[in-house]
Amino acid sequence: MGFIMRNPYLPYPVRIEEITIETEDKNIKTLKLVFLNHDDEKNFSYNAGQFAELSVAGKGEIPIGIASSPTEKGYLMFTVNKVGLVTSALHSMKPGDIIGIRGPLGNHYPWDILRGKNVLIIGGGFAFTTLRSSIIYMLDPVNRPEFKEIHVIYGARSPGMLLYKDELAEWEARDDINMHITVDSTNDPDWKYNVGFVPTVTEQKAPPGTENTYAIICGPPVMIKFTQPVLDKLNYQHDKIIMSLEMRMKCGIGMCGRCNIGKEFVCKDGPVFTLAKLNTMPKEY
Amino acid sequence: MKVIQIDKKNWAKGLERINKSYRLFGPVKENGLHVFKELEKGKLPDLNYLNTTLSPKSVVYPQSEIMLEYELDVSKENHHVMKETEKDYSQRALIGVRPCDTAAFLLVKPNFDTPEYKDPYWLRSYEATTFVGLACNNPQSTCFCTSAGYGPFNEDGLDILLVDTDDHFLAKIISSKGEDFLRAAGWETNIDPDTAKNIISEMKQQAENKITSFVSTEKLKDKEVNKLFNAPFWENLAFACINCGTCTYVCPTCWCFDVQDETHVSSGIRIRNWDSCMFPLFTLHGSGHNPRNTSTQRVRQRFMHKLKYYVDKYNNGIQCVGCGRCIRLCPVNIDIRKICNTMNNYE
Repeated sequence: MGFIMRNPYLPYPVRIEEITIETEDKNIKTLKLVFLNHDDEKNFSYNAGQFAELSVAGKGEIPIGIASSPTEKGYLMFTVNKVGLVTSALHSMKPGDIIGIRGPLGNHYPWDILRGKNVLIIGGGFAFTTLRSSIIYMLDPVNRPEFKEIHVIYGARSPGMLLYKDELAEWEARDDINMHITVDSTNDPDWKYNVGFVPTVTEQKAPPGTENTYAIICGPPVMIKFTQPVLDKLNYQHDKIIMSLEMRMKCGIGMCGRCNIGKEFVCKDGPVFTLAKLNTMPKEY
Repeated sequence: MKVIQIDKKNWAKGLERINKSYRLFGPVKENGLHVFKELEKGKLPDLNYLNTTLSPKSVVYPQSEIMLEYELDVSKENHHVMKETEKDYSQRALIGVRPCDTAAFLLVKPNFDTPEYKDPYWLRSYEATTFVGLACNNPQSTCFCTSAGYGPFNEDGLDILLVDTDDHFLAKIISSKGEDFLRAAGWETNIDPDTAKNIISEMKQQAENKITSFVSTEKLKDKEVNKLFNAPFWENLAFACINCGTCTYVCPTCWCFDVQDETHVSSGIRIRNWDSCMFPLFTLHGSGHNPRNTSTQRVRQRFMHKLKYYVDKYNNGIQCVGCGRCIRLCPVNIDIRKICNTMNNYE
């Protein structure tokens, strides 16, 4: 066995180019990252739905979904919720700071299968990151003709908690994507979109399940729990419901042992699973 | 099959010779317990043991291991950029390792050597190692290697098998690595191959006959995973567990690890440490959610991993070599043999 293969634990160095505060509670920021070495960018070839380990020297690593799209060249985007040691460190950083990135990791949404199909995207809260990547990817002028109808149901607690607000507004204005933005509640008299939980809006707005329609779901467990019966009602077959899971991770390459569900590692065999596949796995997530 | 005979009078001299070109690791007695350590110059491995308290996995996979290093001082070049650490992967020999513990390395290998990723630390150490095994003449009451798929004279993963015949060792050469090792040691007393073969096969039979405990594993593969996962027996089997993690610590086939950064003043290291599925922190999410929050869930994970998930994933038998350490050292007498049989026989 040769060791031509790169050390999979060694992060690529990247510079923080830009930091955007996404939400009114200031707890979620988007980092735009640029590779220090041009070759590293070429090696980091990814698909929408994959994640990466962000590495802060002296603090550790954290697995985060890639929010940028493979069609956006020259940079990567990660939207980070401030939770623990590493994410707090990331929140305290400034443009110009150097961090590391390992990846791309995990599988991705099944783009080969999704081509030529209707795609329903359902997202909630800050789990909208790889869904943003997917939308940007599908809306790319080269890719858009390859997909049929695109529906997006995206909910947050309040208007100020939605991510990527400018882009949401742009997508609302387009006629090649059907946006159904919703908030749990709001007292904003100018709010012109939906009010209600994601499962309810799904029931009202989502297209029915057909042979050619796939749903991608990413959100907090409670949203998934109540959305699933709605999709059943709408006749979505379980092999056409695609979910992205989260787990505590360290290595990101299926070796450290903690993110398994049965024999599958969420970091390597996932994070994307169809509901049909999940049904065959132990319910331990 | 080539076998040479080593007079024990020449044992120390040969090891001294070989120590010039190999780092030597072997069992030593510390605080009354046998563990595997790097042997200081001139120190002999203490082969007077049944099985070591800790497995030799640390020789290839240290309990704490530096992976990368970094510099945080912004006046220094490449600050905040992770760098690989210089490490010693010169050839080494693991002397006196039991066949069960050697087979354990083969069970662990597919975790670190995958088509997609190679763990350079584990693989480089493993490939630098010559495995000089010591056949087990006196298996213990907790040993069940034969029904786990191995045996007291098993040769899987070994480069040399030593058989202790009181005054001598018979050294069976299994690989070219083993041949190189013996050449470097200079033990060259030949023995008639048929005589050697007969002695070894007779001693092997005697040793196997001393094994009195067994597991049944033949039905595990065909069991439906969720049926075992949802079986009612876990609550009872896990009831006594205090989640101390001893079983994972002493197990030669447990490989889970954690990764941590340690900074001193302005520079630091990224290290990995053995971790354990027995600890709630192992799977605790940042949100507070924990998919294996209860002791029962964690015990189930450990045994399902060894006896079902591994079996399904690698088609390589159970992830257990029958060394019996977890049985001997569990403070509440949880017995993997009983759990294995319960799973295997569950209808």
